[in-house]
Amino acid sequence: MRQIKIKVMINFNYVKPSTQKAVTDTLGKDATAQIIAGGTNLVDLMKRGVTAPEKLIDITGLPLKNIEQQKGFVRIGTLALNSEVAESELILKKFPLLSKALNAGASPQLRNMATVGGNMMQRTRCSYFYDTAMPCNKRKAGSGCGALKGYNRMHAIFGTTENCIAVHPSDMCIALVALDAVVVISGKADRRIPFADFHRLPGTNPEKDNTLQKGEMITAIEIPDNDALAKNTVYVKVRDRASYAFALISVAAALDVKGGNISAVRLAMGGVAHKPWRLTAAETFLKGKAPSAENFKQAAALAMKDAKGFGHNNFKLKLAPNTIVQALTTVSTQA
Amino acid sequence: MAHHKEEINSEKETIHHTRRKFFKISTALTAVALIPSKILKAAEDNVDEKVAERFEKQTLTLEVNGVQQTLSVEPRVTLLDLLREQLKLTGTKKGCDHGQCGACTVHINGQRVLSCLSLAVMQNGKKITTIEGLAKGEELHPMQAAFIKHDGFQCGYCTPGQIMSAVACVREGHADNEDEIRQYMSGNICRCGAYPNIVKAIAEAKQKGGV
Repeated sequence: MRQIKIKVMINFNYVKPSTQKAVTDTLGKDATAQIIAGGTNLVDLMKRGVTAPEKLIDITGLPLKNIEQQKGFVRIGTLALNSEVAESELILKKFPLLSKALNAGASPQLRNMATVGGNMMQRTRCSYFYDTAMPCNKRKAGSGCGALKGYNRMHAIFGTTENCIAVHPSDMCIALVALDAVVVISGKADRRIPFADFHRLPGTNPEKDNTLQKGEMITAIEIPDNDALAKNTVYVKVRDRASYAFALISVAAALDVKGGNISAVRLAMGGVAHKPWRLTAAETFLKGKAPSAENFKQAAALAMKDAKGFGHNNFKLKLAPNTIVQALTTVSTQA
Repeated sequence: MAHHKEEINSEKETIHHTRRKFFKISTALTAVALIPSKILKAAEDNVDEKVAERFEKQTLTLEVNGVQQTLSVEPRVTLLDLLREQLKLTGTKKGCDHGQCGACTVHINGQRVLSCLSLAVMQNGKKITTIEGLAKGEELHPMQAAFIKHDGFQCGYCTPGQIMSAVACVREGHADNEDEIRQYMSGNICRCGAYPNIVKAIAEAKQKGGV
């Protein structure tokens, strides 16, 4: 007999606090509580039974939506929608790279729902994480990794362990790590951390995607002013269809040339690791050098040091350096 | 025939068994495979007080297609299910139910969003427009007329979502050329492949104005 199986979200309590403190207090007290804002990832995960919070804390009533120029940086509230950030005059002028990355992600409908904080908090799209019948250390610690010897075409080539080879799926975060953004976190005490330190590598506990502590929430992102990074930018996203698909490889690049040599360069890659992957070695190599095809090739080779394929994703070992070169070529042509 | 009857019985048993199991484990928060109406029915019957308490409904006021609605929903009900099951506005389609196909696209406060990933309780006080709210009486919305003129559909299942998305696409200013239309309509999948005609319909509606 064919059984009728429709997955249904289990029920939960719903609260909508009016203060930030009430949110962090509830998060601190109740381990099964989770924040909801756009819900584009969380509701999906709940429908599939991947996650089952007992309480949802709706933060959409909090005043954390502003995108504003402050002294030396632009501050983006955690509740600013992806579409609002992408189309903000201020962001288009000062950080076009961020706008390009955002517009390369998801669909217009999803960008109208998803928030900046939610984008950062989204979980991997590894199919073994989503399939509750399969082992996954990220979903259930200690259950094993289905992807390691499974169908791992979408998976990571950097920073992997035998516990997890999943990739972080965001486009926005690739631009933010390249732009040296700062994450503003609120909890018992407020703290600021470099964007690169927000997401983490899987190590032995891949169930943790980031360094957020219990009782903490993201309240804003701050991007330091840097005119050199607004001039020539590109977000190259290689994917299975022309639009509305997750990245196989993506490269965010910003470059400035003075007197024939590269005076500023930022590079970050998506679709390759458990966190947004900044290409620091390639940046260091390129600084002060001529924007030539040969230098771009060498920079890409440097970036690929320590890359490791797992079978189905071996093509990324070639696709990634080629995409880096393409991105650098594009920005240098703009310069 | 006997065999058929047996199948029906075993199906009933499966559902019944699963329902009981659901109530047993619901406090442990395990996701289960169940038919929504069965769960709702069970909750209404107060089968288990503890469970019934978890199903506590919340009051919600919405404006749907210009009509004020006061409703009572469980927190887990999506806007899509609310529209289709409670308000009987079945024009909005459930395609994938996971935010991948765009068939459930509606406007919330004028913005196109996916109703399948929107929790109804979070929409309190908002204005919702569905495909049923586009036409003025017998007069079709220009986008609806353009879809008919250009044959912008085959089976028609994705069409309400396509049209809601298309209206927003034009209003947002993202329909200046065919490439842009394709890019900004990529959240709406048409498995019949009516894309060329959908693009033509949108381009013409944009050009004619009135969207």
